[in-house]
Amino acid sequence: MICVENVSKTYGKQTALASTTLVFQAGATTVLIGPSGCGKSTLLRIIVGLIRPDRGRVVLGAQELTADNAEAMRHSLGYVIQDGGLFPHLTAEENVTLLARFLKRSPEAINQRVTALSDLVQLSQTALSRYPKDLSGGQRQRVGLMRALMLDPAILLFDEPLGALDPITRSELQTQLKNIFTDLKKTVVLVTHDMGEAAYFGDEIVLLREGRIVQQGSLADLLERPVEPYVTDFIRAQRSPLPSFEEPVL
Amino acid sequence: MRILIACWIVLFFTPTVFAQELTVGSKRFTESYILGEIIQQTAGATQETTAVHKQGLGNTGIVFAALKGGSIDVYPEYVGTLDKEILKNKAPADIATLHRQLAPMGLGVAVPLGFNNTYALAMPEEKAEALGIRTFSDLAKHPELKIALSQEFLGRADGWPGLQKAYRLPFSTPRGIDHGLSYEAIAQGQIDVTDIYTTDAKIDRYKLRVLTDDRKFFPSYEAVLLYRLDLPQRLPKTWAALQKLEGKISEKRMIAMNAEAELEGKSFATIAAGFLNKEVNAPTTADPQQSFLTKLFGDDFWKLTTEHISLVFISLGFGVLVGVPLGIWAARVPQATQPILSIVGVIQTIPSLALLAFLIPLFQIGTPSALVALFLYALLPIVRNTYTGLSDIPSSLKESALALGLPSVARLRLIELPLAARTILAGIKTSAVINVGTATIAAFIGAGGYGERIASGLALNDNATLLAGAIPAAVLALLVQFGFDVLDRWLIPAGLQTQSSSLES
Repeated sequence: MICVENVSKTYGKQTALASTTLVFQAGATTVLIGPSGCGKSTLLRIIVGLIRPDRGRVVLGAQELTADNAEAMRHSLGYVIQDGGLFPHLTAEENVTLLARFLKRSPEAINQRVTALSDLVQLSQTALSRYPKDLSGGQRQRVGLMRALMLDPAILLFDEPLGALDPITRSELQTQLKNIFTDLKKTVVLVTHDMGEAAYFGDEIVLLREGRIVQQGSLADLLERPVEPYVTDFIRAQRSPLPSFEEPVL
Repeated sequence: MRILIACWIVLFFTPTVFAQELTVGSKRFTESYILGEIIQQTAGATQETTAVHKQGLGNTGIVFAALKGGSIDVYPEYVGTLDKEILKNKAPADIATLHRQLAPMGLGVAVPLGFNNTYALAMPEEKAEALGIRTFSDLAKHPELKIALSQEFLGRADGWPGLQKAYRLPFSTPRGIDHGLSYEAIAQGQIDVTDIYTTDAKIDRYKLRVLTDDRKFFPSYEAVLLYRLDLPQRLPKTWAALQKLEGKISEKRMIAMNAEAELEGKSFATIAAGFLNKEVNAPTTADPQQSFLTKLFGDDFWKLTTEHISLVFISLGFGVLVGVPLGIWAARVPQATQPILSIVGVIQTIPSLALLAFLIPLFQIGTPSALVALFLYALLPIVRNTYTGLSDIPSSLKESALALGLPSVARLRLIELPLAARTILAGIKTSAVINVGTATIAAFIGAGGYGERIASGLALNDNATLLAGAIPAAVLALLVQFGFDVLDRWLIPAGLQTQSSSLES
């Protein structure tokens, strides 16, 4: 479980995030959605500890996130960004195992984990030995996911993970991710600006606008009981033209 | 590795610091070289000590600093220079007075060698005749003449500033020119008037008229020995031998010896030996009869090469050890960025001879000062490239490293330095190549290297010797460049070898 309590962040006069309180349920997938600049990424980066909030606190599991324990706390967080954020000077496998090797985990344990994870995300052994520049976008994203899962963290955080992919790879990975989330029962927070993706993944959807939460609830809540016209406008504007893609929504 | 380098440096310098008992210095012009050789051979002949001659240590400031600092024991100086330039006396003083003035510094002056080498201005005989110029006062009537003066003459109180005031010479600040080049410049008509020494060998050869100092502006420039006061006690036999040089060198003799060096191409050691009436198995690198190739690969080739390479790579090593951490500091601490980059930038703009003159009192004459100067010059490219390489890492990658939960030092070692490696290496390469060129100045303070040939080529106006120093330096620069290109392929991680698209996206 992740608790965000009265957290706010401003840059000069610009409010990136107004005082916000949110609880992310353990084992569930929460999607943060909204237009660019709405504060969804800021909120995610505050949870990872990449940004220190001006006010408020973040509690991960039972522990408050502080400047002192951020490093250790990150070991129980898996963070995946667009295009995987892989280090170009390391092979895919070296990227995946970097932290485990730094923490002096046994080579056998590392190998076992890599095999298990590559099965999970369906990445071939050859791809693992390649450098990021020689991998496809989908493969890079899978490696990024493996790297995040390496230490088996309780929490997974995704910042627009599928943004840079072509539609076919994207839909393939969406299906795969959804299965992994269901199987692993992780607490997942996923940031996206795509309503279809939000609808597909989100047990809970949080719609943000200009640094504030507009509405929080299930997809049905947002569709049927919008708190203000903006919620409906946002969903409409983003609705896929393909009826088949709308099915899971309804 | 660092310990190894340190041991090697100690071994490298130890002999020059402890094994020699008498070190003779000289300034960077023919006459001073010859006098230095004469002093060294005279001292060596007593068998009391091993005498070493550190040739061509640059201008007065550098040699005097070397004497005061104890890097050399004795060097030939001129009374007028001591009087006006070093002691800054208002009125001319005699040798006894100068000796008293120098005593508090632990220095003494004695043994007038017998000739007066004063400054004078000279111009082509034909032109002087046509314009009717015989004296300095005549010169004041011709502001249209092109005048160029040696750097030292331009700067010193008893040089241009005083002369201009005394004669009201109507020239704006003249151009500076190396003394070794000024005769060529006059011969080719590029300049009309320059400063000369009255014992210069080339006055006759280039058909110059030496203008008369009709108001007696220039004081006496009698040649004397300037020495450390402990020398007579420390090496009494040697000192007695040196005292016998008093009055032995006439002006005529000095001009003849200068001509032997500059016009006949005899080595300084040979000329000195000839003066002392003895045979010497002297190196003859300055001999113009030798072919260029013989000069290029002369006996001293490997010695100079080793010296040059040592200067470049030892200073570069320290440049890396200090420059990379400074660059990291500049990249990581925003408040430190500007101060660090500004300071290393300013160091780069200090002229090399000025920097050396500043360093000599601190690090003695010779290799240590040269190494410190080269080290300081090596810093800018290394610091700047380390800073740039680290700052240019995409923020998404820096954040990925942070989000993984790697501690600061591990992020630097495992992620940031490898990603910046190519830029950092390029900075080191730039420093190395620049250092190969800059290391030629080391010869001006007796630290050796190819610069020795360049310095003596300049002093003797001998282009072949000059090129025999400049060409190996250029070849070495190319080799260093090539070596670093190979190193680049070998050191840079394979994932970064071809321009990676994942870095940009």
